[in-house]
Parts: sequence; structure tokens; C-alpha cells
Amino acid sequence: MRTSSTRRDCLLALIVFALIAVLPMLWPSRGMSDFVIRLAAFGIFATSLNMLVGYAGLESFGHGLFFGLGAYSFALAMQRLGTSIPAALVLTLLLSVVVAGIVGAICVRLKEIYFAFLTLAFQMLLHSLIIAWTPLTGGDQGLTGGVPRPPFLGIRLDQPYHLYLFSAGLLVLCLLGMRHIVQSPFGYTLRLIRDNPARATSLGINVWAMRLAAFVIAGAFGSIGGVVMSLFVSGAFPDFAYWTISGEAIFMIMLGGTTLFLGPVAGAVMLLVLNDVVTKLTEHYGLVLGLIILLFALGLRKGLADYLAELWRARSAQRLAMPLPAAAPFAAPSNKLSGE
Amino acid sequence: MLLIENLSKSFGGVVAISDLNLNFTPGSLTAVIGPNGAGKTTFFNLIMGSLLPDKGRILLGGENIAGLSTPEIVRRGIARAFQIASIFPSLTVREALLAAVNAQRRQHAKLLARFPLAASRDRAEEIIEMVGLAMKADMVSRSLSHGDQKLLDIALALVLEPRVLLLDEPTAGMGPEERWLMIDTVHRLWERQKMTLVFIEHDMDIVFKIAQSIAVLSYGRVLAEGTPAAIRQHPAVIEAYLGSEYAAGRA
Repeated sequence: MRTSSTRRDCLLALIVFALIAVLPMLWPSRGMSDFVIRLAAFGIFATSLNMLVGYAGLESFGHGLFFGLGAYSFALAMQRLGTSIPAALVLTLLLSVVVAGIVGAICVRLKEIYFAFLTLAFQMLLHSLIIAWTPLTGGDQGLTGGVPRPPFLGIRLDQPYHLYLFSAGLLVLCLLGMRHIVQSPFGYTLRLIRDNPARATSLGINVWAMRLAAFVIAGAFGSIGGVVMSLFVSGAFPDFAYWTISGEAIFMIMLGGTTLFLGPVAGAVMLLVLNDVVTKLTEHYGLVLGLIILLFALGLRKGLADYLAELWRARSAQRLAMPLPAAAPFAAPSNKLSGE
Repeated sequence: MLLIENLSKSFGGVVAISDLNLNFTPGSLTAVIGPNGAGKTTFFNLIMGSLLPDKGRILLGGENIAGLSTPEIVRRGIARAFQIASIFPSLTVREALLAAVNAQRRQHAKLLARFPLAASRDRAEEIIEMVGLAMKADMVSRSLSHGDQKLLDIALALVLEPRVLLLDEPTAGMGPEERWLMIDTVHRLWERQKMTLVFIEHDMDIVFKIAQSIAVLSYGRVLAEGTPAAIRQHPAVIEAYLGSEYAAGRA
């Protein structure tokens, strides 16, 4: 079913893509186009994590599994199998779906902290595999030798502008796809489960199956982030599967916010800018970044996009001289089934 | 409609439900009463599949549903509302009910459509109207009053078009006035939906006012069951639970 909101999203996506496409003509800068490609990789990746964290209430610490898997499987398919880029992309998606299906089937049954740490364990398993399987992956040196970029459909990814457009196109398409999913009936079922899994169960919803589906979808999208990264660096490195990648995505979500769909993208912009600026100014990158994140966590207690959205909502509520319902500090009701 | 046979459940060494037998006839309105710890909520949890019985059968229209999962039991026509209103705090009343309608129609996993489905709208509005939340349909559930949260909980159960509806203390934590409003609503819904309704209640005024039949639980057993008049005169019930206050004479 196509509704006006779907059409509005598509239109917005088209406008943004057109703006990104003409940007290099107005501002021809290598730094800018590199930034957009990295933003595409991390914007897709962080948003896919937020499908789990923000919409399904699944706090994964191991989402980097799919970033690493995406980068390595795409780069290997291109290097070893000599396939076309679309075929390697499809292969990567299939592999991510299978891996997410297996990992998810084991993990989504578990409660919060156990889920978080088991996903992290699976990610570190992939990282260890990459380090250990040197003949295939190049071990801790990474997968070097370049990713071949044969032209397809008139797209030549060996040309910087084509790669730039391709990455931006993937970003816009993936965001559009994920937006559609979180606004679908399935997306609202995830919200039910996030808010109150026990109640969702007593509505007849198979919570495990829905969580697994969300995990697989988020894993598949997350791997596309890895694909973009692998195209950008023309290779793949063990860092792509290290736990810090998951940490960065979590930082992006924290900086941007979990409630607004584009919050994680805003967070990705902020973290990448911070990264670029702070590393230029000081060696103590981690310290400065940590302080900034602490400021967000303790000061705003939410992501910037969420904070601004609430501020805006409060303003318009004030104009209408109405109390702000969302700000009422009611405790969430207990989720547990009360037993006597 | 709902027949309970030899139902038993213990937690470790503690017997919560012991050899329970009860029959809820179609369209009946039954109150389950009993002192705290009598096993009333455990009884509901067993019917809904939230807990697995140690032994016994739960027959819904002749089919044994003991051992099935909660979603399977829900699909066979039993729904419940909770003692502590169990709602979806960050969704609005309307969103929650629209999503619940999707679940009832097995359309909750649709990926390609956009929420809300046009076909779900009428049903959601009907339920909102039925429980009297029309004025608050766009409020975020967590900002509803306690009583309205309980109504929303019941509304979520009604969406499932249950043959049997279990209400765990629908008036818990409410003031006297709110209480009677709630009971009026519950009674109206029961008459309108022609369903089998079972409710746990501590307020004996309410119980004797609306229940057609009463089951008294004590230490996981049925102490007595029957019409309100019979229960009121039942010596064991008076001694164990009611006290002389509700004994015959005060009608």
C-alpha cells in the first residue's frame, strides 16, 4: 500500500540524493567527498543498529559483526570469485542473513545483558577468525591488494565521483528501506515488544520470531555499511570487526538519539566530525571524545536530535498553551507477570 | 466453555494450585475471590500458558489447551488484562490498539505495508469508543491516569475478540468512584460481547453486585463455588474469608 507518507519519504530521499549529487560541483573537495562516503557507511550501520536498540529494544553490543562480515565477504567475493559488484553485494547480503539467522536464533531469547554480551562474543569470534585465517583474510595485516571495481550498468566505481554517488545512493536507499520497515505493521509490532514483551505475547505475538526477524534485517543492512567501507578503503581490515566498531555505532546512537529515525545519522555526522577535528588537535582523542559523550549522557540524558525535537515540541505546545504530555515523569508499568 | 480439571502447580515445595476443578459456562460472569496467596493470579497464569501446569487439563470448548504457548492460547480465544495495567507506555492509545488489531488479524509481521493499515482503523476506533477512551486516543499511554491505563489494558484484550476474558483485579488501586465506573464498563462490555468473563476481585461489594457465580479459592483449592446467595451463606467461606459482615441477612 502506498500512502502519502511513503510518497513524502521517497520525495525527501530524492531531494537529498540530488543535493548530495550536485554538492561536489559547488564544493569540489576530496575531504568532503571522503566524508560523505564514510558517512554513508556509518549512517547505514548506525541506523541499522538503531532498528534493534531504538525500535525492537534489543541492545546489541556486537553489531560490528555485520560490518566486518559485510566488508570481508564483499571484498573476498570481488577478489577471489571475480564476480560483478551487484553479485558480490547480493552474496554478502545472503551470507549476512544466514549468519544473523544463526546468531540471532541463539541470542534473541536472552535477557538484556546476556543478549548484549553474547552478541559481543559472536563478534569477537569473527574477529578472531579473521586474525587466525591468514591465507584467506590476510590476518592482522588485513585484506590488501585492492578490491577490483569492474564497471556495471554504466557505473564505474574506480572513478571517485561514481563511488561517491554510489555510496550516497546506497545510503539514501538503505535509509528509505529501513524507514519503511520501522513504519510498517512489523515496525509497530517491534515497538510493542520493546515497550512490553509480556503484553505483546498475550496479544498472540510470537516475540522470539519477531525479534529474530528484526535481528536478521538489521544484520543485513549493517553489512551494507561494511560493503561501502570496503569499497572506500579498497580492502578490509580486522578493525572492521573489532568491538570498537560496535562501540562507535553505539556512540553515534547516543549522540544523535534513538527516538527520531534520522537521529543515528545525525550522530554519525557528529562523531565523524569530532573524530576528524579532535584527531587534528590532540593525540588524546579517546579522552576528549569520552568527555563529550559523558556530557551528553549526564547533561542532555538523550541524543542531540531527540533533545532538539523535544525542545521544539515543547515550544509548539507552549504556543498552544497546552501541557506537554510526553514530559510527564510517570514510571513505566512493570512488565513482569505478577504471581501470587 | 472453560473447564478446569485436576489442575495443580507447585513452585519448589510450595503448592500454589492443588487439584483445582472449575467449570465456567458459556456467557457466564464469574468472580474468583479468596485471600492473598490463594493462587488466583497463578490460576490465570496457568490458563494463559504463562506458567506450565504440573498436572491437570484446561479444556476450552472441549480442546485441552494445557501446555500450549501463550500466543497459541490467545489464538484459540482467551485474553486477559493484568492486575498492574500492562500497556505499551511509549505508544499512543490509538497506535497501541491499531497494532493490537494487526496482531489479532495476523498482519503484525507485514513488512511492505505502511502502518496503520486502512482495514484496521474501524476496528480500533470501535474498541476505543467501546471502552470510552475516545477523548484520550492520541495521548501517549504512559501519561494516562491509572484508571485509563486499566481501561486500555482491557481494550487490548478486547481487540482479540476473546471467547473467554480474564480480568485480574480490574479495579485494583482505584478510588471508590473510579471503581464503580470501571465495573459499569466491564459489565456493559460483558453484556455486549456475550463472552465468558472471569474476574479476580477483592471488593466484596462489587463481587456481590455483578457476579453471576463466585468461586472462592483458598490455599490453591476451591473452597466453595456457587451463586452469590449460596456463597454468602457458606459457613466455610464466612469463616475463612468473608467474616460475618457479608453473611446472609446483609443483602
